[in-house]
Amino acid sequence: MPVIKLQRPKLNFGEKIYFGALAKGFWLTLTHAVKTLRGKSASADSLASSGLGVTMQFPEQRWDEHLPEYYRGAPALVTDEQGRERCVSCQLCEFICPPKAIRITPGEIPSDDPWAKVEKRPKEFEIDMIRCIYCGMCEEVCPEQAIYLRKDYLITGHTRAEMVHDKQKLYAIGGVRSGLVNKWNELK
Amino acid sequence: MDILILLLKIVALTFLVVLPLVPISVYFERRFCAIIQDRVGPNRTGLPLTLLGFKKDYHFFGLIQPMADGVKLFLKEDFTPAHVRKAFYWLAPVLTVAPALITVCVIPFGSSIQLFGRSENLTIADIDIGPLFIFAVSSLTVYGITLAGWSSNSKFPFLGGVRSSAQMISYEIALGLSIVPVLLYFGELNLGRIVQYQADNGWLLLPLWKNGHLGLPDLQTTLFLIPAFIAFVIFTISIFAETNRMPFDLPECETELVGGYHTEYSSMKFALFFMGEYAAMVIGSALIVTLFLGGWSIGFGLDPWIHNLHLGSFHFGGLVHLLTFVVKLIVFILFFILVRWTVPRFRYDQLMKLGWVIFFEAALINVFLAALIIAAPHLTLAILGLSAVLLAGVTAAVIWVAKVAEERPRPLRC
Repeated sequence: MPVIKLQRPKLNFGEKIYFGALAKGFWLTLTHAVKTLRGKSASADSLASSGLGVTMQFPEQRWDEHLPEYYRGAPALVTDEQGRERCVSCQLCEFICPPKAIRITPGEIPSDDPWAKVEKRPKEFEIDMIRCIYCGMCEEVCPEQAIYLRKDYLITGHTRAEMVHDKQKLYAIGGVRSGLVNKWNELK
Repeated sequence: MDILILLLKIVALTFLVVLPLVPISVYFERRFCAIIQDRVGPNRTGLPLTLLGFKKDYHFFGLIQPMADGVKLFLKEDFTPAHVRKAFYWLAPVLTVAPALITVCVIPFGSSIQLFGRSENLTIADIDIGPLFIFAVSSLTVYGITLAGWSSNSKFPFLGGVRSSAQMISYEIALGLSIVPVLLYFGELNLGRIVQYQADNGWLLLPLWKNGHLGLPDLQTTLFLIPAFIAFVIFTISIFAETNRMPFDLPECETELVGGYHTEYSSMKFALFFMGEYAAMVIGSALIVTLFLGGWSIGFGLDPWIHNLHLGSFHFGGLVHLLTFVVKLIVFILFFILVRWTVPRFRYDQLMKLGWVIFFEAALINVFLAALIIAAPHLTLAILGLSAVLLAGVTAAVIWVAKVAEERPRPLRC
């Protein structure tokens, strides 16, 4: 690679004496300060600011309604319109999960169950939310459209045990999801 | 009785005026930098009354935040690394904070208060060598920083300490020389009388009244505005360097030296460094306000009237002046903060060049310029013209030498 000679920019007297740039800088920072106090900062509106700068102030203001469509929050399990849990415990998500946050204990569906044809469902399904990195690979890999990343982002707890979402919790977050492919339907 | 009053003044002025200004300036620093950067800043810390079953929390715009910071620092583990030189390691924080607080004693915080027929100045020690005392004592802070850097026995603090001592020594010269014109003008080294003179005859940078009457200044005073302003600029910038504030905060620049000289410190020892730095900033602004911006005086000929305000035998004008002084001080601290969040850090060679090549010469020439203007009424026109020409010649020569001595960036060999 050839040597590139960098020419330093030629400064005129006004630039050399530095005070003009200082005054310009003070003016810039001061206008920012005034704009912040008046709630007129650039893009304060589109960022739904609290009226002070561009900041949304958290407990009072939530960004729930500003979340984009593609937002990846807490992963959760869903049931379909018939109330069937969609997970067939194939364990693909458990294997793909980069931080190994998911632990599935598969269980058989007894033969007298209306969904006995499906054969398996998770006996336990645990996601350790301390480990989860919200990458969305579980959702991508799931062949049954059973696990989805919802828009919940406030996952908190006082103990490590509290941060492990069990099956019940996951279904509570996920809820019912309609309009999915129902390939296990008796009719089809 | 006198001793009691002195003690009262020490406690009141140090612990009720200057020390509270330290957390207040920390608070302003955080809030002001936040609003400059379109943020909010700490606005939550307050009285958590909801924890006690009340309906509402009061957070007073987060004004209690510095207290929370202080409590946090108190409760942190005070860790002394095994590799430090213990005695100096323990001494250093004290050496930074103590000089800053000692210099408080010569700052005139207000005019006098009269109570029960006793008149008391709002100055702890009304001595006749005010600025010299401040320079002598405040330059001791460099020992604290250097000792901290050396005794920490690790490389980043050491570099910070070395940089700090080099910087302080370089800028002390410009600092001292730059106020010589001011002292020539006042003919006085007693800060209290300097402020009194400014209250009567106009601030150094705003001489719009004379002997209590508004009016435009005479020719000599107007001309003296030039050296006064140059002195003001050099002095202010040197104070920035002395207090290790932003454009010159090389001793503790996070991006280069982790934390600089206080990298190895924790808990209250770190807090003392922090406090010393902000106390130095408060004292520096106090000195600038006192010398150039009229100290406690409100100006415009209002000061004698305020001085005579009284309730019965209690002349409380001094307290109004104290308030004026604190307001001016806070405005100047806000300016310090504005500078910190506007001007990027200087490189080390730029810093040294600015100190030795520009400010030192400028301050030196400024002294002669000021002396010429002050002596002008006593000189004949011929001598005046000759000295003006000489001064212009010397200035041109200095600028030429500085320009020639400047090393041009040599092109890289291919």
